[in-house]
Amino acid sequence: MDGFFDIPSDLQHSWLGLIGLHVREAGLPVLAGLLISLPLAQLCVRFRWLYPPVLWVTTVLYAIPSLAFFVVLIDYTGQTELTVMIPLTVYTLVILVPAIVDGVRSVPQETIAAATAMGFGPVRRYIQVQLPIAVPAIIAGLRVATVSSISLVSVGALIGNQGALGNLINDANIYNRPELAVNAVVTMAVLAILADGLLVVVRLLLTPWMPSGARARRAERPEPEVAAR
Amino acid sequence: MNILNFINAFFSDSAHWQGYDGIPTRLGEHVQYTLEALAIAAAIGLPVGLVTGHYGRGGNALAFIAVAGRALPTFGLLVLMTLSLGFGLVNVMIPLVVLAVPPILVTTYEAMRSVDPAPVDAARGMGMHEVEVLFRVELPVALPLILGGLRSAAIQIVSTATIAAYVSLGGLGRYIVDGLYQRNYEKVVGGAALVALMALGTLALFWGITRLTVSRGVLRSN
Repeated sequence: MDGFFDIPSDLQHSWLGLIGLHVREAGLPVLAGLLISLPLAQLCVRFRWLYPPVLWVTTVLYAIPSLAFFVVLIDYTGQTELTVMIPLTVYTLVILVPAIVDGVRSVPQETIAAATAMGFGPVRRYIQVQLPIAVPAIIAGLRVATVSSISLVSVGALIGNQGALGNLINDANIYNRPELAVNAVVTMAVLAILADGLLVVVRLLLTPWMPSGARARRAERPEPEVAAR
Repeated sequence: MNILNFINAFFSDSAHWQGYDGIPTRLGEHVQYTLEALAIAAAIGLPVGLVTGHYGRGGNALAFIAVAGRALPTFGLLVLMTLSLGFGLVNVMIPLVVLAVPPILVTTYEAMRSVDPAPVDAARGMGMHEVEVLFRVELPVALPLILGGLRSAAIQIVSTATIAAYVSLGGLGRYIVDGLYQRNYEKVVGGAALVALMALGTLALFWGITRLTVSRGVLRSN
């Protein structure tokens, strides 16, 4: 495996530079998705009839293939990072919205009543009571969204070198250097697993009251498909 | 609308409807890739998920496999396979199966775990054999969720099979990849529209399958 880290100069980035680019292209969509999902999910909790249509729309949007989505967006946003990040943001919704709705709905009625009795207004009750209790479900959704997002960024290579580490795969093909593809695949897999682990740590920090044994594991919902139904 | 014009131009060009690069051929190839990959992935994911879910063991190992499977970028795997094994259908099937197994496996496991234990105990009390319990009680109740997992795997395969074109195979991705190289935007958008339509068709198909195969009592209780 000679030249494993010998990145072709046409990418104009070092290996670490590509990793940084990749983390940004995969991370920002998840953050944006979370910012959209939180109010959207709250609306779905508040107005129950809204939930099925929202689920339907996000599922249909999720069904649009990434490559097709990128290509259609090129017309508006050009061959830029934004073209890759917008579809990834949209894809996170199908995972995050059900995760947050399930999480917020799982807050026991007594807890909400207690908060109300303590004089919490709706906003304060949401931020200080419902959201913290929903954290495990939200993080479970974020884990799936982040890992898929990291893997999907690479497809951006097909629309003109917007795939960060995916461009490395493209170059591996062009220059017939399989070691570059190995590098890209391994780096992406490690990034994904690290991001996943980081989110687990975040959950442990945010939910010090949760037992770290079997019940905590039970509370995780690893698969969005289950929630999306 | 720009895009609609492109789509219209693509579909009204009769050259796109015949020959080896015609829509019927490409669509057929795409359907073939999808069905093959889904069949292989289901053959791996369903039995393992059903058995582990029935006995309630190995959940952590499955979760790990799911994360690992998702973490492997399909596109990278595809190019890697092609570079090391040469061109061929097998090299496309492996990444697609890797992509599709985690959702099927984990959803099947979760679906089996989420079955209400009371009817399962009742079935055992009635003297049902383990195999009968699995197929006549747990499976029918878990079926909607299991189909949901298959649906999500199928949709991911449909959208991802487009990248097969990148390593010189057929399928609807041909239009997108070729169109991008030829700067033929009409072809690119047409291909993208076809893939999106096929994904929506898959959604509809699974909706229909759910209606037909899930018992009415289970459907109502959901």
